[in-house]
Amino acid sequence: MDGAEVPVGIWDVLLWGVLPYIVLAFFIGGTVWRYRYDQFGWTTRSSQLYESRLLRWASPLFHFGILAVLVGHIVGLVIPRAWTDSLGVTEDMYHVMALGIGSIAGIGTLVGIVLLVYRRRTTGPVFMATTKNDKFMYVLLVGAILAGLAVTAISVFDHSVTDYRSTVSPWFRSIWILQPDVAAMAAASLGFKVHVLWAFALFAVWPFTRLVHAFTAPLHYLFRPYIVYRSRDSRRPGRGTVPVRRGWDPVGTPDRERTRTRR
Amino acid sequence: MRIMAQTAMVMALDKCIGCHTCSVTCKQAWTNRAGTEYVWFNNVETRPGQGYPRRYEDQEKWRGGWELNRRGNLRLKSGGRLAKMFGIFASPVQPELKDYYEPWTYDYENLINAPAGDDFPVARPKSLITGKDTRISWSANWDDNLGGTAGSGHLDPIVEKVRRESEDKVRFEFEQTFMFYLPRICEHCLNPSCMASCPSGAIYKRAEDGIVLVDQDRCRGWRQCVTGCPYKKIYYNHKSGKAEKCTFCYPRVEVGIPTVCAETCVGRLRYIGIFLYDADRVTEAASVPDEQDLYEAQLDLMMDPHDPAVIEAARAEGIPEDWLDAARRSPVYKLAKEMRVALPLHPEYRTMPMVWYVPPLSPVVDLLKDQGHDGEDAENLFGAIESLRIPVEYLAELFTAGDTRLVTDVLRRLAAMRSYMRDITLGREADESIARAVGMTGAQVQEMYRLMAIAKYGERYVIPSAHVEDAHNLEELGCSLDVDGGPGMGQMGGFGEASGRPVPVAQETFMALQARQTADDPTGNTQLAGRVNLLNWDGHGTPEGLFPHRTAEDVGQVEEPPGPADGTTTRSGETA
Ligand code: HEM
Ligand code: SF4
Ligand code: SF4
Repeated sequence: MDGAEVPVGIWDVLLWGVLPYIVLAFFIGGTVWRYRYDQFGWTTRSSQLYESRLLRWASPLFHFGILAVLVGHIVGLVIPRAWTDSLGVTEDMYHVMALGIGSIAGIGTLVGIVLLVYRRRTTGPVFMATTKNDKFMYVLLVGAILAGLAVTAISVFDHSVTDYRSTVSPWFRSIWILQPDVAAMAAASLGFKVHVLWAFALFAVWPFTRLVHAFTAPLHYLFRPYIVYRSRDSRRPGRGTVPVRRGWDPVGTPDRERTRTRR
Repeated sequence: MRIMAQTAMVMALDKCIGCHTCSVTCKQAWTNRAGTEYVWFNNVETRPGQGYPRRYEDQEKWRGGWELNRRGNLRLKSGGRLAKMFGIFASPVQPELKDYYEPWTYDYENLINAPAGDDFPVARPKSLITGKDTRISWSANWDDNLGGTAGSGHLDPIVEKVRRESEDKVRFEFEQTFMFYLPRICEHCLNPSCMASCPSGAIYKRAEDGIVLVDQDRCRGWRQCVTGCPYKKIYYNHKSGKAEKCTFCYPRVEVGIPTVCAETCVGRLRYIGIFLYDADRVTEAASVPDEQDLYEAQLDLMMDPHDPAVIEAARAEGIPEDWLDAARRSPVYKLAKEMRVALPLHPEYRTMPMVWYVPPLSPVVDLLKDQGHDGEDAENLFGAIESLRIPVEYLAELFTAGDTRLVTDVLRRLAAMRSYMRDITLGREADESIARAVGMTGAQVQEMYRLMAIAKYGERYVIPSAHVEDAHNLEELGCSLDVDGGPGMGQMGGFGEASGRPVPVAQETFMALQARQTADDPTGNTQLAGRVNLLNWDGHGTPEGLFPHRTAEDVGQVEEPPGPADGTTTRSGETA
């Protein structure tokens, strides 16, 4: 392995062995907590009512870009090299593909987010509706994207940059089996480390920002019945014999149910 | 057959004087909050005119409602499920604030408190969106009455359509034609396209009474419903990031009292009652191929509450007896189905709207009178309805997808009632031929007159209440102090405005009153911050800033003032 000889220090253990779990705890715990506590605040907080000329381009550009980047990360981090090798994908093919598709998606994302930030700053009502939380989130999001693009760009020209498929990826996979391969990550180049740390910060605050809207991406829309009936009273006295049909679920939110059982 | 109950409304347009009381009281009750400044659950439009938001009826542009696809099935006009998902990041057609209007307030404080000077103080308009000075250019209804039709009438999409269809002949007649007011609320449709557009499934129809509501906890702000509703009666709250709409005042209706807009209507033109309808046939009815058949198809869904088979089926669905009784006495059923004088607004949108309108005869009567004719004579009226094509065509575009025959029939019945009853009022013998001319009997005409002209509160509003055994579910859940953060938090969770659990209404009201008493100026006039607006002071207590602070010296020198310093002793009644 590339990174075998790199000494593993205390900081490496803390950053790549301990921190991931702290971030995960924030990410998962925070999301669960917010989902239970703050259904009413869980929204995209769309600003299209104020302005849509710029948004019409910027938002799809950014979103399609970031979703493609997400897929790219999953492929790069989760699929081990051995698998692609066995499919006959050579190292060069892989990198040309990753770089080609990745940079299109990455640049789309970047242009999109720059436009979004520009729009936020220059459109009066949108700026008025921008909270401190939004600003903080944007700093982390833009930072993570820039760091990621930078390390990719550098790796093209500077061949001393380590291959993430033998450093970051094994470490990433090892996190999930609770045996963090600290040495692998410690061997990665500085650029990757900065990108990962920045992403850690983003993920740690994710549940507490407007970004939670991504978790409720409404995929079930493709399958649900168009017309939704709900009963005013979930217990419906006198109606117990009528079976509940699909789409006729009783009214009542998790919040309410909880309030009810608590008392 | 699956019988369900639907709460519905009828508005008799002849009686609307355009006073906007309904709009204002509804706003005070429901949308008097940050984020909904521009929102009018009830608005009153001058027609011909552009409406609110402007030109919302132009569905080629706004793409609201349903259409039939090539196979004759219903499809959202704004696109199928996949298309909607791809358009979710930026809704392709959504009205912007400028299509509604930019809400504003006035800097009244400046007007009242400006120091003496040479210049006359003014109350500048301030935008409620940006807080800056603004220029007022439009509001929820700035279409002019008759005087302005010539100037802006051509912007009305319906006028455009009527013109296209009847070529040039309209062009000059329009200037001297007609106007009326059209109050609009959410239609609480049987086949709502807002609901079908909602990716989250947060909009639902209540099985008991058919009221369409947005679940504020499930709405995620994808704002597709705004596009979906052809009547543009879903509004995006730009502060909370959630969709909001007319609630049919469900907390009132549940306890058997009419909606705020109906209760406060000075013209008494609104009727509320229930329909029993066949839920299984709604989709079928909404997909009839010819738009002009939609009215009949919709009427067909409304089942006869006297029919034993219907009653039986309704009981099987668990509809309680008092609801069945209310359905039999329902004024909306009588007006829409028995007398057939109430028509749905824009049936061609295929949403099966449940707010019905008795079209106005006044444009015809007014024109007759203006020309020096007797506007209550049956022959004159019948003749005018036939010859005054423009008002009739216009009304047909609004209420029957362009079928002038249906509108003519309704207007003729209204005209017949008018002249038949005139004879009776003047003590002359009733002319039965007038009633026969519109296929009614004298007794039917008189019954229609009773309902339309003199019906009392209890006949105009037949609203069965929600059930006693449900009462505990209607209570506000949870003690008002039992919320995170407790009293004093307001609607403010950790993630900015409006996050966190909803605050119980009682507490919200208390907080709002307190805030209003002590708030700074909405125009951001910091110079005056900390002072008390006497108009908002309820006369109790001594709010901070009402009286000057007493320094130690004052206390030493001045005798205890005999007045309201401790705030409790002096009430004019007691000291007298
Ligand atoms: C996959 C499902 C997602 C959906 C359906 C979605 C949808 C939306 C929508 C509807 C808006 C509101 C746009 C507007 O009208 O103002 C929005 C805003 C936003 N989304 Fe997403 N989003 C998704 C995922 C993501 C992800 C993964 C990210 C970031 C990593 C993200 C970041 C943002 C940001 C930063 C904004 C604010 C844009 C602004 O400045 O107004 N979204 N999203
Ligand atoms: S009128 Fe009301 S129920 Fe009908 S589509 Fe619009 S918002 Fe929905
Ligand atoms: S029913 Fe209630 S919420 Fe709806 S428009 Fe009337 S007053 Fe407003």
